[in-house]
Amino acid sequence: MTEKIAGDGTAIMDGAPIVGAGSDTAAKPVARRPATGKAFGSGATTTERMRRWLRANLFSSPLMGTLTVLTLLLLGLALPPIFRWAFLDAVFEGPNRSVCGAGACWAFIADRLEQFVYGRYTPAERWRVDLALLILAGFAALALWPRNPHRTLSVMLLVTLCPAVAALLLVGGVLGLPFVPTDQWGGLSLNIILTFATVVLALPLGVVLALGRRSQLPVIRWSCTAFIEMLRGVPLLTVLFMAMVMLPMFLPEGVTFDRLVRAIIGLSLFVAAYFAEIIRAGLQGIPKGQYEAAAAIGLGFWGAHRLIVLPQAFRLVVPGIVNTVIDLFKDTTLVSIIGLFDLLGVVGQSIKDPNWLGLGREGYVFAALIFFVCCYAMSLLSLRIERRIRSASH
Amino acid sequence: MAGKSLKGGSSLWPMKAPHALLLQGVALLIGGLVIGWFAQNAASNLARRSMELDFGFLGSVAGFSMPFQILSFAPTDTYFLALVTAFANTLLVSALGVITATVLGLGLGVLRLSRNWLLSTVSGAIIELVRNTPQLLQIVFWYVGVLQLLPLARQSLPFGDVAFLNIRGLFLPAPVGGPWSSALIIAFFASLALVPLARRYLAPESRRSGLFWLAPPLLLLALVLSIDGWSLPALKGFNFVGGMVLPPELVALWAGLSLYTAAFIAEIVRASVETIGKGQVEAAHSLGLKPWLTLRLVVLPQALRLMIPQMTNQYLNLIKSSSLGAAIAYPEIVQIFAGTVLNQSGRAIEVMVIVMGVFLIINLAASAALAQLNERVALKER
Repeated sequence: MTEKIAGDGTAIMDGAPIVGAGSDTAAKPVARRPATGKAFGSGATTTERMRRWLRANLFSSPLMGTLTVLTLLLLGLALPPIFRWAFLDAVFEGPNRSVCGAGACWAFIADRLEQFVYGRYTPAERWRVDLALLILAGFAALALWPRNPHRTLSVMLLVTLCPAVAALLLVGGVLGLPFVPTDQWGGLSLNIILTFATVVLALPLGVVLALGRRSQLPVIRWSCTAFIEMLRGVPLLTVLFMAMVMLPMFLPEGVTFDRLVRAIIGLSLFVAAYFAEIIRAGLQGIPKGQYEAAAAIGLGFWGAHRLIVLPQAFRLVVPGIVNTVIDLFKDTTLVSIIGLFDLLGVVGQSIKDPNWLGLGREGYVFAALIFFVCCYAMSLLSLRIERRIRSASH
Repeated sequence: MAGKSLKGGSSLWPMKAPHALLLQGVALLIGGLVIGWFAQNAASNLARRSMELDFGFLGSVAGFSMPFQILSFAPTDTYFLALVTAFANTLLVSALGVITATVLGLGLGVLRLSRNWLLSTVSGAIIELVRNTPQLLQIVFWYVGVLQLLPLARQSLPFGDVAFLNIRGLFLPAPVGGPWSSALIIAFFASLALVPLARRYLAPESRRSGLFWLAPPLLLLALVLSIDGWSLPALKGFNFVGGMVLPPELVALWAGLSLYTAAFIAEIVRASVETIGKGQVEAAHSLGLKPWLTLRLVVLPQALRLMIPQMTNQYLNLIKSSSLGAAIAYPEIVQIFAGTVLNQSGRAIEVMVIVMGVFLIINLAASAALAQLNERVALKER
């Protein structure tokens, strides 16, 4: 009995990725029910149940009991000061740093929130950023929503029409929208724009590289392999530096790219190499019979890949791609090193403002919180997709 | 052609030889044209600045000093020596990071797997928090949000009476080398490289060749014995003298790299052990193995096989991420070369080729070494 309770107990708190055997995972949501319901027999009172749960999960042996007490002690030492700093002693409103006391100075965040989100984007035009992000979010939700009858169409629109509309909105200069140069873009919206633009460019490139690496033609295979391995072998930061300082050297005199575009090119090349490896793994996971069946009904290489192989491979690698997108979203902060003002860059700039000098802790904790919420939500999504794929394939 | 090496179905659509040749020829031609166009642009750009592609600048005097180095470097030294020094700094922080990340990661992973609800929840919360925030943000947070807010030297945080933490860094006791110490350090590292080679080529069959592995620990022991006492940091005036100091840049980068990688290693440990499955553990229990023996004889050997390739990736990522030190001015290879040297010399192409080349070499060497390790532990199937 104790054994079973412990087993179910771990299953409950185990919300994190389950990379166990497929059948095991698929069974888990079902196995969860009894633990919260009537696993302990309908006769057990609530106190009795609690007592058993404590016994099984916190005090199963003298060693475990000691560890539990020690952990509680450590938490008791660490959490109250943090809580006091973040809430009790914190200051939430004020014009400059003279209001700050011993606790966190959230007044700084409140004062700078607009910059943290929009950077130096012209204040009167910020609705355009909101609208562009809303469009992207809407279509992304449609594309990921499993019961959408026109999902393929949504995905197509997401990677073709949406970027065009969003770019038009953000850049302006037409249809009566005032022009906003990209060096005024910044803040969290820049991280999102960079991530989206990079995925849109890198995904097709990744597919081409993955197919190229599996090609029969040695020249194509070798050049794709070399490209992938080279980019996976160097840090993203060096690729960004290369895009910034080396790219202009390789273009004719007078032709210059916008700094933002250069960063997107660097990010896309880098991420495409990672996408390529993920997609290649997906292609390898397609049974040979699928290729043979495609060839047997008279499909050529491209037809077979477009209609039979890639759709299945993509379904296999969606979690891997979402994980790479999460990494990409986190890595867009690297553009702050090469002189773009993303959220991290804006925070770094704001803590040098004389009004709010030296409030690095507050600024970075706030940025970390934002990134955590976004990335955690995405990783939960990736987990759900993974589960659905597992249960569909069994 | 190597038809057998192709996986999947590509060979289902055989291409006639002339077609294949034509297609590859076209690909080569387009690639060549693009590269040629780039090269021509680069040449004319360089000519306009009256420069040429030349790595000779590595021999000229650097003229800048580094805030921190483990090799000796002076402003009068050459760019090449700056490269070597920055490279050593990169290796230093990577090595420190790999060690602490492994220890921390294994610890967190074991806690995460614990049947104790509190332990596994707390470690799970730490892991998720660390995994879902950008690494650069963490490094900058440690630097700006923690280390730069530390007290001045006079109000240092003491650890015992031997180590002190303040705004200038972490002050630690340093061993004072005896007359033989430096020779023994070299001998120790040489033995680490030579013993596997000697075992392989001198006595591949003999069982006694395992005794060669006694050499590195013995040398290490001799090294410890050769130390001439310790130099302790002590407060004199406004700063500490004696001992050694790890500057805040190094500490922040070290902390950021280790913690981030540790969270990923913990997840790898958890996933690998969970993949082994309940059946194996129950079988071991039914054979009468105690929990510790189950772990040592049944779970770990199997989990290790699954873990090693993934750990390799994490270590390589850590080495690459050490470049983030550029954000907090830790003098590693990107900061020194893509920053200082590039600004001073204006040689964009050469500098970027060198920096990327160095990382490619580190990466290839590390992955080759770890691939060999993997081969040794991998399951030998029929």
